[in-house]
Amino acid sequence: MRQVRSMRSVEFRHEREATWAELETIIGKADKDGLRSLSAEQLARLPHLYRATLSSLSVARSISLDRALTEYLENLAARAYFVVYGARQVLRKQMAEFFLTRLPSAIREAKWHILVAFMVMLAGAIAAYQLTLTDMDYYYTFVGDMAQGRTPASSTAELRAGLYGGDSVNSTLATFAASLFSHNARIGIMAFALGFVAGLPTLLLLFYNGLVLGAFSALYHSRGLSVDLWGWLLPHGITELLAVILCGAGGFLLAHGLVFPGAKTRMDSLRERGRLAAVVVLGAVLMLFIAGIIEGVFRQRVTSVPVRYTVAAVTAAWWIFYFGFVGRRTVKRAAQVRAEDAHDAEMTGAWLASSSMSEGRR
Amino acid sequence: MSVNTSLIATERDEVPKHVREIVTPEGIPLRFQLARASDRVGAFTLDLLIQFFVLFLIGLGLNLAAGGQSSSWLTAVMTVLSFLLVNFYFSFFEIRWQGKTPGKRKTGIRVIDARGGQLEASAVLARNLVRELEFWTPARLLLAGSVVWPSAPVWAVTVAGLWAFVFLLFPLFNKDRLRVGDLIAGTRVVMQPKTELAPDLVAETAANIMGPKGRATYAFTDAQLGVYGIFELQVLENVLRQDPSKVGYSDALRTVVEKIQAKIRYERKITHDELFLRDFYAALRGHLEQKMLFGERKEDKYSAKKQQG
Repeated sequence: MRQVRSMRSVEFRHEREATWAELETIIGKADKDGLRSLSAEQLARLPHLYRATLSSLSVARSISLDRALTEYLENLAARAYFVVYGARQVLRKQMAEFFLTRLPSAIREAKWHILVAFMVMLAGAIAAYQLTLTDMDYYYTFVGDMAQGRTPASSTAELRAGLYGGDSVNSTLATFAASLFSHNARIGIMAFALGFVAGLPTLLLLFYNGLVLGAFSALYHSRGLSVDLWGWLLPHGITELLAVILCGAGGFLLAHGLVFPGAKTRMDSLRERGRLAAVVVLGAVLMLFIAGIIEGVFRQRVTSVPVRYTVAAVTAAWWIFYFGFVGRRTVKRAAQVRAEDAHDAEMTGAWLASSSMSEGRR
Repeated sequence: MSVNTSLIATERDEVPKHVREIVTPEGIPLRFQLARASDRVGAFTLDLLIQFFVLFLIGLGLNLAAGGQSSSWLTAVMTVLSFLLVNFYFSFFEIRWQGKTPGKRKTGIRVIDARGGQLEASAVLARNLVRELEFWTPARLLLAGSVVWPSAPVWAVTVAGLWAFVFLLFPLFNKDRLRVGDLIAGTRVVMQPKTELAPDLVAETAANIMGPKGRATYAFTDAQLGVYGIFELQVLENVLRQDPSKVGYSDALRTVVEKIQAKIRYERKITHDELFLRDFYAALRGHLEQKMLFGERKEDKYSAKKQQG
């Protein structure tokens, strides 16, 4: 008995077992029914028990050779860690924070990549436009399957009718818009994901999109229907094209993180840019959804050209405002607070260092 | 503990092969075991099945609501819903449940941030949006190649699908078992820790199987206790923690007793195998722990005593 009692590890366990059991009940309840099911006293006990268990783990690691005990404490501490650090904000607050701050500031952070994506698409559009104007046969090369009956072989009257289509297409419109949304969104997400292979497929996808656009506009321009075409395209097109560009930018962010990590390791650089890109792409998917709604609900119902252009202008102004200005103040304030904290920490450190030096001199 | 390899290292400061450490904000390193490939595949399959099942139910429900006639609105809603479900199922659950989905919950794994700290929503999004590239594209290429790529010959589609599988098999090619999504988001998938506390062998011995004079029946000299190290102690612990009702338990005990007896040159007669082993375990543990307090750690019977720094 004497030998047993004097063993520190046995005594240590005997003393602390109750704490661990209490923690286990609390986290068991939290795991099953969520943090909200805990009572106020349990919530108050949780951090204390968690820290006590962490200290038990440290002690056990250094003095105890009871493998089962150390393993148990590792797992208990890990479970408690998840409960303590797993709490999230209320969903409403999270969404508000995302839309008001996170998304707009992410777009601002990614502005150079967005610019590059835009230039790639523009290059494709200009190239196709010029080529198709000189030789209409290029249209078939560029547009291919996406023509849906609108080709150089169609008469001008048919093309015009397509832009101001009547009610007969109404019933299939919803399907059309929905499948277009999911098709575009899927391509957008692929453009993002393909950034992982150094961004070349993303580049090609964007360029191809530009080609289609350019060829299309060349065809309509050659029939004198430019104004009508852009009136048809722009109300939803501004949102949609912007979304596609954002997805491309997301892909480029990934590629950038992978190929040019700069001073960081590739893993760290990918990690940072990957998260930024994911936020950007989520924004793009939402924009595609909005574009789909505008396209499906609005386009074939409203045929007045001035109205269409007004709506286009409104969407453009809205996105400029949202991405350019929303959330700036919050981000600036957060940066200010961080800078102040860092400054305070520095001052405290300097003060401590100087006071300990004077202590030493004494 | 029976299936998982232990989180405890045999060598000090060395972390076992499939274990990763993160440092909590309190400064204590916590160890997690990486999820096995089979667990991850199982969880993913389960999640896929749930998704298909829900899609089926939604389709059925909408069909009934429309009274059996096909409507374009129905198709539209169905298209959008299926897109949202397939692409945001994982993100939704992993954000909501902090790293778990129904499939992951069932197989006992979860997602954590590789640096320790809360699992951010943007990380979850990043790791799941890439599934389009990793899984759906190869799947579509292999199963419906003619739809995706109408003019291609069969062999080209197969080759493309197989190439796309490189992304799917990515976890097998790196030691952290990362998916492409994990790499991009800086996350890991680990086993959810399970806690079971077995009783302390030493306290148990003291409480239950005591000799008539209230102390250990078998005594050992310091020289005898100095033969074995920590590794052997923990092997002995595993032996003693076995289920006594299992076949071959007493034979296993006998083998161990004979080995120990020979090694430490224990002269006296041993009548009760289990009691001998328990007493030896208690004595050895006490001896080694005492040595540890003075900074001497004997890892196993081959190592000379190391002075801790």
